[in-house]
Amino acid sequence: MIEFDHVSFRYAEAAEPTLRDVDLAIPDGELVLVIGATGAGKSTLLRAVNGLVPHFTGGTLTGRVSVDARDTRTNPPRELADVVGYVGQNPLAGFVTDTVEEELAYAMESLGVDPAVMRRRTEDILDSFGLTPFRDRSLVELSAGQQQRVAIGSVLTAGPRVLVLDEPTSALDPPAAEDVLATLTRLVHDLGITVVMAEHRLERVVQYADRILEVQPGGVVVDGTPSSTMARAVVAPPVVELGRLANWQPLPLSIRDARRVAEPLRKQLAALRIPSLFSSQARDTVVVAHRLVARYGNVLALRGIDFSVAQGEIVALMGRNGAGKSTLLAHLVGLFAPAAGRVEVAGHEPHRRSASEVIRDVGLVPQEPSDLFCADTIDDELPAGARQLLDRLSPGIDGTMHPRDLSEGQRLALALSVILATEPKVLLLDEPTRGLDYPAKARLVAVLRERAATGTAIVIATHDVELAADVATRTAVLADGEIVADGPTSEVVTASPAFAPQVSKILHPLPWLTVSQVRASLEAAAR
Amino acid sequence: MTRGALHPGAWWAWALAIATAATRTTNPVVLALLIGATSFVVANRRSGRAFGFFVRLGIFVLGIRLVFEVVFGSTLPGDTLLRLPSIPLPSFMAGLRIGGPVTAQALLSATYGGMQLAALLMCIGAANSLASPRRLLKAVPGALYELGVAVTVAMSFAPQLVHAATRIRRARRLRGVSASGIRGWAGVALPVLQDALEKSIDLAAAMDSRGFGRRGDVSRARRRFTTGMMLAGLLAVAVASYGLLTTGAPPVVGVPLLLAGTGIACAAVLFGRRGNVRSRYRPDSWDSAEWLTVACGVAAAFGVIVAGWIEPGSLHTSTYPIAAPALPWPVLLATGFALLPAWLTPALPQTVSPAVPMRLVEAGR
Repeated sequence: MIEFDHVSFRYAEAAEPTLRDVDLAIPDGELVLVIGATGAGKSTLLRAVNGLVPHFTGGTLTGRVSVDARDTRTNPPRELADVVGYVGQNPLAGFVTDTVEEELAYAMESLGVDPAVMRRRTEDILDSFGLTPFRDRSLVELSAGQQQRVAIGSVLTAGPRVLVLDEPTSALDPPAAEDVLATLTRLVHDLGITVVMAEHRLERVVQYADRILEVQPGGVVVDGTPSSTMARAVVAPPVVELGRLANWQPLPLSIRDARRVAEPLRKQLAALRIPSLFSSQARDTVVVAHRLVARYGNVLALRGIDFSVAQGEIVALMGRNGAGKSTLLAHLVGLFAPAAGRVEVAGHEPHRRSASEVIRDVGLVPQEPSDLFCADTIDDELPAGARQLLDRLSPGIDGTMHPRDLSEGQRLALALSVILATEPKVLLLDEPTRGLDYPAKARLVAVLRERAATGTAIVIATHDVELAADVATRTAVLADGEIVADGPTSEVVTASPAFAPQVSKILHPLPWLTVSQVRASLEAAAR
Repeated sequence: MTRGALHPGAWWAWALAIATAATRTTNPVVLALLIGATSFVVANRRSGRAFGFFVRLGIFVLGIRLVFEVVFGSTLPGDTLLRLPSIPLPSFMAGLRIGGPVTAQALLSATYGGMQLAALLMCIGAANSLASPRRLLKAVPGALYELGVAVTVAMSFAPQLVHAATRIRRARRLRGVSASGIRGWAGVALPVLQDALEKSIDLAAAMDSRGFGRRGDVSRARRRFTTGMMLAGLLAVAVASYGLLTTGAPPVVGVPLLLAGTGIACAAVLFGRRGNVRSRYRPDSWDSAEWLTVACGVAAAFGVIVAGWIEPGSLHTSTYPIAAPALPWPVLLATGFALLPAWLTPALPQTVSPAVPMRLVEAGR
């Protein structure tokens, strides 16, 4: 279905090629997962499938890419629209019209599909994607999960044989991600559509893949089966890490497979003690929200919540998209004044202080880290002494680059370095793991732990249960503007299956949450 | 009735016809009747969505007009209502004043002028809330498709720009830079534009991958010719409407040019229809209800114009000296016609509640 014949690609101003001699053939009906480190060239590979690379991006492509026997050299993306559907990283940025129904019809209009057929297909997609109740809704009003479903649906109506998806679940909360993935697997099974997708959250998708393409540094693409690739890949989900640690053969990729072989490990661990990674000494409280109410027009975003954070604590703030996590963080840094109730950070009400006073006590890395950037080069952006931290978080960034030329993960590293340069007492992070691969996440976790050890209070709003399990001492769950759970991470994340990390699912009912905890216990026992 | 909403073009034609009538008169009673009629139709067909904004804008314009009159108004003599402290101006600026006497005549004249502007705004507002401009764009003929897309994208782009500006201005605060005042906004201009550029490239990629701009079997020259013809036709129509609305334009700029322009535009539509690759999803249909609505609008405009013929002067109420406004009978008829679409058109379907405005009370500083 898709053929890459000795394809190399170099961006116009780059010294090194992004893709190097890629030679592969993807048959009809496969679900292919593209993995690789942050900025390795996954998006470039995906965009080469429908000709956006190089028709849209510029640069030099050698070799031949063909889809359904159509060469992308002679067929620009628009001529391939009936064969390949492409969904970009940010669904909202790709919407052309303003309501769900019109968006679904847009591609068909461009292709000149007969109006009667158009009507039928739109109804079909509305039904099978569960979008019927929202058909007249404005696209910006939808939740992130619904937007992603509309984006996928709107390319499917054109009836493509290949679906290309760039990080379809990264911005979604666990249940919404499950929803989108269920839809995708159904498409593969029922319609035999070929799906090619890139995803950092391997724990969510690896068990569905028929084949994995690993983009290695330097642009070499290695083609392999899921189990063979996972046995050695640098980026691997917790289930695979645990399998490697316990030496399970063959390597399980899903929770179900892992549980079936985990019986001996569970028995071994049951006799051991879980290591306490966090010191539990009482410290001073630095963040207090008392009966905090936030209001958007007539809608209550926060309904009188009580929330506090002590020095050295790392709190994960979870909950579905739109539950009020970002709103709470914005109040803690004084961007908004409370509609009712009180917020105190380091003994002051943040919204009453000037910006320069606030940032000495509290720093926020926003959801779109690039919002923080105002300089033309990374060197100008970084305050004195912050370069070291940037190199730790994301090594090898050229300081003369423009901040907006960085990949998503690198932008986060830069934003975090900038914010931490002022040594705030409270650090707030809004969705910090979007676009981060596992090694980058591990580096982030190390930096956060270090800061917490020196007394910084950290609050992380995240959908990433693995991150929460790894780093958070406490987890609070927000739903509909209320805190529905607040307690030690081990208790909160295991209480509901949707939010449980993989290791906890495999070892249930044992209390271990992460691979590093299991490793620490096993090592302590061996000593 | 089972049919869907009225074709947006019909509402716009109706509203523009009434606006044409409003440009013909400064008679406050006639203007009040026209404003009342449009407001009633909007209220009867759609709970005022964008209309409220236009009502406020109309009142604001009227207010501004009055304030200007009081401060800088005419120097013609009249019945002085009050006397403001005046600033003497040099003799070469005779005819201008700042402060000084405020006459009843000048105030009334300003009120009538302001009402006329307000009436025009309300007509646009009525069309806007009865038929979304987006849906009107969907109905543009194939020859103008690219233009339509450009406008659609621009219309969704503007709110996004505002959103990005708010977001980035808040982010400024996170860097310790106070975000209030003009300086706060100036600092965000460049990042906002960069952000907008990034987003528009994403959008362009998405549109391209979804088949936008596929070439059919039509040659590029032919497509350009069609678009050119369409634009020429529309330009002629625009110039002709200007000629019809103003007095003192040469007669050839009126009806003959209008007919010629319409002819060229129609030819372009027919010419562009052949070989068009695009198809249209659920196009709005044009039936008897649409014709009736347009006819009502035209009849209303005609009624007001006829009133001017039958009773010359009745459409312009004298303020020097102050006279009671006349109420010629054709105007009553015209108002009736303007009101008819409130019952003749199908009721608009109930839509879901409007978007929740993402506006928080920002911390004051």
